[in-house]
Amino acid sequence: MSANDPVLELRSVDKHFQTTSSFVETVKERVFGEGPKLVRAVDDLDMTLEQNQVQGVIGESGCGKTTLLRTVMGLYDPSGGDIRFQGQSTSEFDKSDWKEFRRKVQIVFQDPFNSLDPKFSVRRTIAEPLEIHDIDYERSDIEEMLEKVGLTPASQYIQQFPNQLSGGEKQRVAIARALITDPEVILADEPSSMLDVSTQASILNLLNDLTNEFGVSMIYISHDLSTVSYVCDEINVMYLGRIVEKAETRKLLSDPKHPYTKALIQSIPIPDPHHARERATIGGEPGDPIDMPEGCRFKTRCPERMDVCDQKPRDVDPDGDGERTVACHLYYDHEATAGQVDEPAGEHTPETPT
Amino acid sequence: MTDPILEFENVDIRYRTEKGNDVYAVNDASFSIDRHDYFGLVGESGCGKSTIADAIVGGLDSNGEVTSGTIRYKGEEIQDYSESEFNENVRWKEISVIPQSSMNSLDPVMKLSNQAVEMAKYHTDLTETEAVDRLRELFEVVGLSESRIHDYPHQFSGGMQQRAIIAFALYLRPSLIIADEPTTALDVIMQDQIIDYINGLKDEWDISMLMITHDISVVFENCDSMAVMHGGQVAETGSVVDVYDRPRHPYAILLQNAFPDVRFPDRELAVIDGHPPQLRDEVDFCTFADRCPWAQPECREGAPDAQAVAGDDDHQAWCIRADEMEELAAEHLEPNADEESILEGQE
Repeated sequence: MSANDPVLELRSVDKHFQTTSSFVETVKERVFGEGPKLVRAVDDLDMTLEQNQVQGVIGESGCGKTTLLRTVMGLYDPSGGDIRFQGQSTSEFDKSDWKEFRRKVQIVFQDPFNSLDPKFSVRRTIAEPLEIHDIDYERSDIEEMLEKVGLTPASQYIQQFPNQLSGGEKQRVAIARALITDPEVILADEPSSMLDVSTQASILNLLNDLTNEFGVSMIYISHDLSTVSYVCDEINVMYLGRIVEKAETRKLLSDPKHPYTKALIQSIPIPDPHHARERATIGGEPGDPIDMPEGCRFKTRCPERMDVCDQKPRDVDPDGDGERTVACHLYYDHEATAGQVDEPAGEHTPETPT
Repeated sequence: MTDPILEFENVDIRYRTEKGNDVYAVNDASFSIDRHDYFGLVGESGCGKSTIADAIVGGLDSNGEVTSGTIRYKGEEIQDYSESEFNENVRWKEISVIPQSSMNSLDPVMKLSNQAVEMAKYHTDLTETEAVDRLRELFEVVGLSESRIHDYPHQFSGGMQQRAIIAFALYLRPSLIIADEPTTALDVIMQDQIIDYINGLKDEWDISMLMITHDISVVFENCDSMAVMHGGQVAETGSVVDVYDRPRHPYAILLQNAFPDVRFPDRELAVIDGHPPQLRDEVDFCTFADRCPWAQPECREGAPDAQAVAGDDDHQAWCIRADEMEELAAEHLEPNADEESILEGQE
């Protein structure tokens, strides 16, 4: 790995699932020569996670966020594309590489109530990854980690069991368990969404502090834009398997370009009775991920629908400063770029409209 | 407070357990909902807000009981109603409920139209055709396609099921709807649409609403008045504007600042340490005292009485130091004087 490699890089990663389950359907497909129907849960997705960066992924349920996370973890084999960790492709990993990868990439799950073993004490929960990876440790290492995630006094928490902890404390234990192996990347799957508001704030603050203190990078997945903005440097907006817009957090919130991003932001309730919010105008729900429309997948709900939306939009950089990409036909001149191969931003792989 | 539709006065609700260590779920709760008002009840999980909803329609678990205080609906005391009195006088006709998990509240093996017919059979003298026609009208009100009234619930998505539930809640033209976390299971865009429908009902249907949620922003945006609960006690009640502008209970103050506001991503979120007590004993203290940065020894010596907030109508805080809060919590009360919303200019 060279020093300039990003920690984690996804290059046009696909994850498709086959829907066929019954024998009859399989025979029909064979006879009529149709391919099996695919759920394109993650489709041609690019993402680069730099050292010490927090990338947020937001989208509605069913947009493929969790599939993305599982694919990155190696729980699913990608159907296409390449996942590179510290410059090396995971498809070339052997068994010991995978073990090393699992030490360096840790996950914090959504539900702290079910992700801790009820029969493991806090000490054993946090020691387990160290034992699996043959790392020497002392009790004081565990206590130190507990103090860092805000479980003080550590000597009291270390012998407790999950049923003696509140939801927020459980999530802190889960975070300590993820950090104890000194990882490079943390994958966080809505870590605060099951918690009460008062605890949610402290977990968000904790994640913020820890990424700075430990120098880890993080992919933070959520459906809630208002919490994502507290943690993430960059936000990726995902819609039905594709990233439709990506920009630095403030830029995305203050000046969204994609109609879907605009709708998401307009739908967030504002905790202020004096604020008159304009409600989003889009209707309906995401379509069926099996029979997805050709071209732009958002077109069925889009208030700005045009004829050209039947073609797949390219990623463009409307500001021309390389800090944003948006996949929407509104933001490029189709005639001027017809036949052109390179992206204006120069940095992304071209996608010729199909 | 001229014409309340629902009044809670010093209500205690207790769950009995076999071993005798009862749970004191709600203690000395008082608030009232005016006619045509949307009333928000916020608090964290376990604070007793759903217990209150259950008590209103007589739906407490068999070991739960209103042990003292009065619940008045349209002036009549209902806390001691029997099951049949609730069925005849209150449930659905007067007060209907939009439950939290719509997915589990519709009969999965019955067409929606048949569920409406069933409801009409027990509560009205409508014929079958009339019953279906009424559902058809309501489907239009909540934005569902009329052609789908003969569908089964599983053919609907989560948002559509939630709308169907709202249609059923309106079916017998109640005066009060209790919405228990009506949008928690939904995505933001769908949540916004459902709340928009719920809001629309207010004028067209002449309805009052008790909206129970943990999401204070939903209450601030959509309700007229509200109560904040903590650990089985009502902490503060008043109009949403008063509670927002002049919160006087420490929990209400901190809760507001703990809530993420997408307009100000740089704001430090307030953290409320600790957790509420277990409520296994008689509650003769302020349940927030252990988490409160301004707690005094007296806070643990007796349950606080309501203090009227000077200058506001019907704005009360159950805190012995409510008068001093403006000074004590000054740093929390004016955090964003020079902050600018990053959403400005895009709308």
